[in-house]
Amino acid sequence: MIKIEALSHAFNGVKALDDINMHIKKGEVTVIMGGSGSGKTTLLRLIAGLLTPTAGAIWFDGEDLAKVGRKRLYELRLRVGMVFQYSALLNSLNVYDNVAFTLHEHTKLDESVISTMVTMKLEQVGLRGFEQMMPSQLSGGMAKRVAFARALAMDPQVVYFDEPTSGLDPISAGVVSTLIHETTQKTKMTSVVVTHDVEAGLNIADHVVLLWQGQIIAEGDAESIRQSTDPRVVQFIKGEPNGPIPFSRSQTAYIDDLMHKPGYVRMQA
Amino acid sequence: MKAVTNFFGGFGRTVLHVIEKMGDATMYGVSTVALFFVPPWQGQHFIRQMYALGVGSMVIIIITGAFTGMVLALQGYHMLVKVGTESLLGPAVALSIIRELGPVLAALMFVGRAGSSITAEIGIMRVTEQMDSLEMMAVNPRSRVLLTRIIASALSLPLLVAIFDVVGLFAGYVIGVEMLGVNGGVYMGETIDKIDMVDISVGVTKSIYFGFLIGVICTFMGYRATATTEGVAKATTQAVMICSVMVLILDYIITSFYL
Repeated sequence: MIKIEALSHAFNGVKALDDINMHIKKGEVTVIMGGSGSGKTTLLRLIAGLLTPTAGAIWFDGEDLAKVGRKRLYELRLRVGMVFQYSALLNSLNVYDNVAFTLHEHTKLDESVISTMVTMKLEQVGLRGFEQMMPSQLSGGMAKRVAFARALAMDPQVVYFDEPTSGLDPISAGVVSTLIHETTQKTKMTSVVVTHDVEAGLNIADHVVLLWQGQIIAEGDAESIRQSTDPRVVQFIKGEPNGPIPFSRSQTAYIDDLMHKPGYVRMQA
Repeated sequence: MKAVTNFFGGFGRTVLHVIEKMGDATMYGVSTVALFFVPPWQGQHFIRQMYALGVGSMVIIIITGAFTGMVLALQGYHMLVKVGTESLLGPAVALSIIRELGPVLAALMFVGRAGSSITAEIGIMRVTEQMDSLEMMAVNPRSRVLLTRIIASALSLPLLVAIFDVVGLFAGYVIGVEMLGVNGGVYMGETIDKIDMVDISVGVTKSIYFGFLIGVICTFMGYRATATTEGVAKATTQAVMICSVMVLILDYIITSFYL
């Protein structure tokens, strides 16, 4: 479905991703995990075509996303849905109009048909009856579910999820994770989930990709990731502060800075 | 010596930064306006923006127009009466409003009321990823969000200026004729006699340019705002500041062409 080849990306010369190769299979939940700043959101935005890679290629059903024109990219996007980290509901529209947005934009369906479809999608995420509410009146979990319903509106082949459970209470996070898992199984759609929530990620994943410093350090099914002996994987999964993944990102040690600062008393060994 | 080098270095960097920004804004304006010719047409969204920007600014434009006309009549009368030419109060008020104060003050009010909201709204849409969500729903945010606001701004402002002018002229008449006792027939006669189509076309031309400029600058600042709340606040302030200064500079340039 989606193939990523030798993908690299840099922001103002700073490498965010380096030589990523991976394959997202049809009908599977692929979970991309990693700590903050590991490049997972950048990877998702590249896969979604929101960024153009510095090098390498992303093949979507045999078409290189970086090479297709805007018109073709928009045609491909009709087969794709995306749930953003902060839901990204259109503030000026109510829940109904948000979910119906793509149907209004890209189909000539009668309003009664659209209304039925919106009701079905909202029922799917457990929010039927909330059609008239505005995004500002929704809780974080509800907004995520409305965003999910909106992403499902066109019955997409692929749905991208950017941190679907971040900022949610455990129950709402569980509801969202279950929705992703169940919807993927029922509709046979492909899901790509970016998360740093280890438990939620491993529970719903068919395939896991673990990123660190812009590179893939582990890949496989959830069980193989759980059983991994790679100290970086173990540290990330167990959430240990000490290990090969450093807590501090300072370029030089603080004590070295002090030692070399003019005017400071040199410490003697 | 080092201080002098630093000063000129800093000055040079600022000038380069300003030139770079101006080039970026120009490229942005041209590429966004070019989308006007690319379907799908955004007619319905454009009308919604016309309503939001134009109708939403009417109250402040009417208030500003009324008090501008009133103060011009009051001030003008006390100056003209000293030289016995109070009969020219009508054309003095009308020319000031139609050629200069109408377009400029309406534009400045429009910047404060509508321009700032354009920048803030677009900035917030970027911070909350709404622009990206439009992209992912196969809707070009530059056509839908930016272009509609630029066109709506360019067409709303001339209409608002017309309202400003009418209200200002009426308020000037009320003060001049009803309060200060200038003959009504003379006031109207002199006004109609001294105002010609060139004066009106100056006002209209200015308002179209101002509206377009405000639309481009405000959408640009929102679109390029740093995606943080502080970034949006800063972009909004800068948009109002830049638009206000640019309106005054452009006003001078257009006036000099028409004289």
